[in-house]
Amino acid sequence: MARMKLKELECHLQEVDEFEDPKILLEQYPTRPHIAACMIHTMASSFDDIEGRSILDLGCGCGVLSIGCVMLGAGSVLGLDIDTDALDTCQQNLEAFDIDNVDLVQSSVLAADNLLREKVEVVVMNPPFGTKHNKGLDMIFLEQGIKLATRAVYSLHKTSTREHVLKKGESWGTKPQVLAELRYDLPATYKHHKKSSVDIQVDFIRFAIS
Amino acid sequence: MKLLTHNMLTSKNMKTVTTGYPLIIQARDVKVMEVEFRAEFISRMIPKIDWECLCRAAEDLGHLNDLPKSVPDNYENDEDFLKKAHHVMLEVEVINGDLICPESSRKFPVTDGIPNMLLNEDEI
Repeated sequence: MARMKLKELECHLQEVDEFEDPKILLEQYPTRPHIAACMIHTMASSFDDIEGRSILDLGCGCGVLSIGCVMLGAGSVLGLDIDTDALDTCQQNLEAFDIDNVDLVQSSVLAADNLLREKVEVVVMNPPFGTKHNKGLDMIFLEQGIKLATRAVYSLHKTSTREHVLKKGESWGTKPQVLAELRYDLPATYKHHKKSSVDIQVDFIRFAIS
Repeated sequence: MKLLTHNMLTSKNMKTVTTGYPLIIQARDVKVMEVEFRAEFISRMIPKIDWECLCRAAEDLGHLNDLPKSVPDNYENDEDFLKKAHHVMLEVEVINGDLICPESSRKFPVTDGIPNMLLNEDEI
């Protein structure tokens, strides 16, 4: 299978439709195409964690990470999300991209480890960062992800929380590695955002299970 | 919902349920599609599959055909077998229907290919 270049992947992912009406309480932000492309490309080329792998996209939202995984040759992808509207948008995106090996399931992330009888090889996520009303939510996502992976968990966390995240990752039996620092440019998604866009510094981290 | 996914789903989150597996499929609409065959991937997934559950599900959907009742020895090198497994695991999809918990009989609806496993507060 031809290895797609990073720029090409980013171009394709720019076509993925975002949340029509993002919900503040669920902290719904789309994963920006340049960030998603960087994540998936690194997972594939540096760690052999995409091609032919079984992958879980935890909190898949509109599916940009799932679609990225398939574009670089994932074996199968399961997208899990709690929100009907997000899953609808995700389903539409999968159809638009003519993707046939992503399956979706509606569930809360907290329930995921009992929901699934077997682990997957790789878990990928862009968790809610745990601001607004959901403090510490990204750590709950991470803990669940670690329970469900046999090879590795890939996640994004605010750089300002790095020490805490790495320590927690180790306490849960993984070997965490910060792969990159990325600028997450969030466009004004919610009505209360005053600026037109906000920059957040995030760490892209790989938590090695095995 | 592919049968590979169904093979992994349980209703164990329900407080009254012990195992919650396998979920019984009551399908109204089933679709068959073509998915690229990856022998190595299928071969690695076989040990994770509950084969009895897969056969039962395939049978319930009318897609059992000549799928072997048990996994043959040396399946890794049996491309014919891997192709049959691939077909049932990835190419047969439940579009609309219900998944039924074998212990509580609770129905989980499948809509537009997506199973809704969300529980009510009093069920957790």
